[in-house]
Amino acid sequence: MSTILFTIAVLGGLGLVFGLLLALASTVFAVQEDPRKELLNEVMPGANCGACGFAGCSAYADAVIAGTTVIGACTVGGQEVAQKMAAIMGVADTGAMVRQVAFVRCSGSGSNRQLYQYEGIQDCLAASRLAAGGSLACSYGCLAFGTCVNVCDFGALRVKDGHAVVDMDKCAGCLKCVNICPRHLITVVPYGSEIHVQCYSKAKGAQTRVTCENGCIACGLCAKNCPAGAITIKDNLASVDYDKCTSCGTCIEKCPQHIIRRASEIHEDSAPFLLPE
Amino acid sequence: MSLFSLLSLAIAAILSENFVLVKFLGICPFLGVSKKMDTALGMGMAVTFVMGLASLCTWAVNTFLLIPLGLDGFLQTVAFILVIAALVQVVEMFLKKAMPSLYTALGIYLPLITTNCAVLGVALLNTQNSYGALMSTAYGIFGGLGFTLAIVLFASVRERLEFSDYPKAFEGFPIALVTAGLLAMAFMGFSGLSIG
Repeated sequence: MSTILFTIAVLGGLGLVFGLLLALASTVFAVQEDPRKELLNEVMPGANCGACGFAGCSAYADAVIAGTTVIGACTVGGQEVAQKMAAIMGVADTGAMVRQVAFVRCSGSGSNRQLYQYEGIQDCLAASRLAAGGSLACSYGCLAFGTCVNVCDFGALRVKDGHAVVDMDKCAGCLKCVNICPRHLITVVPYGSEIHVQCYSKAKGAQTRVTCENGCIACGLCAKNCPAGAITIKDNLASVDYDKCTSCGTCIEKCPQHIIRRASEIHEDSAPFLLPE
Repeated sequence: MSLFSLLSLAIAAILSENFVLVKFLGICPFLGVSKKMDTALGMGMAVTFVMGLASLCTWAVNTFLLIPLGLDGFLQTVAFILVIAALVQVVEMFLKKAMPSLYTALGIYLPLITTNCAVLGVALLNTQNSYGALMSTAYGIFGGLGFTLAIVLFASVRERLEFSDYPKAFEGFPIALVTAGLLAMAFMGFSGLSIG
């Protein structure tokens, strides 16, 4: 019995003594930190996602105080956090910041055209290391195992109809999915942008026709007909310049492959795609 | 205790019974903080300091508290961990104040000295060998120097590895583990080395 009591007393006593010593040491060795750092940390989302380019929220706060970076790099916090941070740092508002969200450049229309049957680990990174970079006939298309879905901290991605789709409202723009996609399919577009080319095939048109029902064949009809001149063809692929795009929808009507689509259509449709003749 | 026994203790702790490469204690910081020579040296010094101090403190706790109360049979490990944890905290605060650059360079590995088994190992070995206060402290410091020697050697090899050719599959930790194994084999050559 006495052994047990001694044990408790010794350990408790040691703990108490060391606790007091530590408390003393923490005042003796106290380091003055910029009080703004704590304030900044409070207003930040605390997701430590790294989208700002720093190791975490705290590292970004340090950089803001040191003046080596700008306010407003936090894509997760967006405008609201940028304003609060500006107030803490005592500088003027950073102005409107266009929120960037992820967009998956594949419609999954070629998902039924496989080179071989893949029965390995259900993960894009694993599948993409095999022959031809995955079993999909289109070497640019979405493998649809949802590696991006798993990496997303905000639940903004899901896989449907053989491709991943981003929910623009949920996307925080942290770029985790952009960086992990082995096919580099995911890019960023301005939040609320309407017109999207839902394909990333850089193969020649004839090749793309073989591997996908709806792939971009770089016919150039969209670029020729765009009244704003916002579409360019590069590497056998149409791309939209959102600074010029007026969302008129001419390109959508002209596209013979029906691969230029409105955001609402990409988001909602689960109906079969229109097939080209 | 003579100068002679101190010398033989030093040789044992640093070379023939090196904590990292022969006893395989403290492997985590050995692998974790050995990418650069200067941080490795800083880590080695911090560990040496903590090991020396911990040896003395644990000796005092053991001799004046645990043995008189008859608790030394089972409470050593727990009590020593408590002592070491508190010590590391103080060292951390001290470094943050006095040497911020070393503090940031060591990063997470500094608080991890708490769980560095070389530190706990030296404290337990001291009581096993029933060393006195001076002998314990000396063993702690020599053990720490042995750790420093091992980690600095290892870091210098790893720095050179950056520029050498080896299969891509070995990049990073695999080649580091191979290197550590070779280094440990080299230290086997010291086994049996003793004075007196």
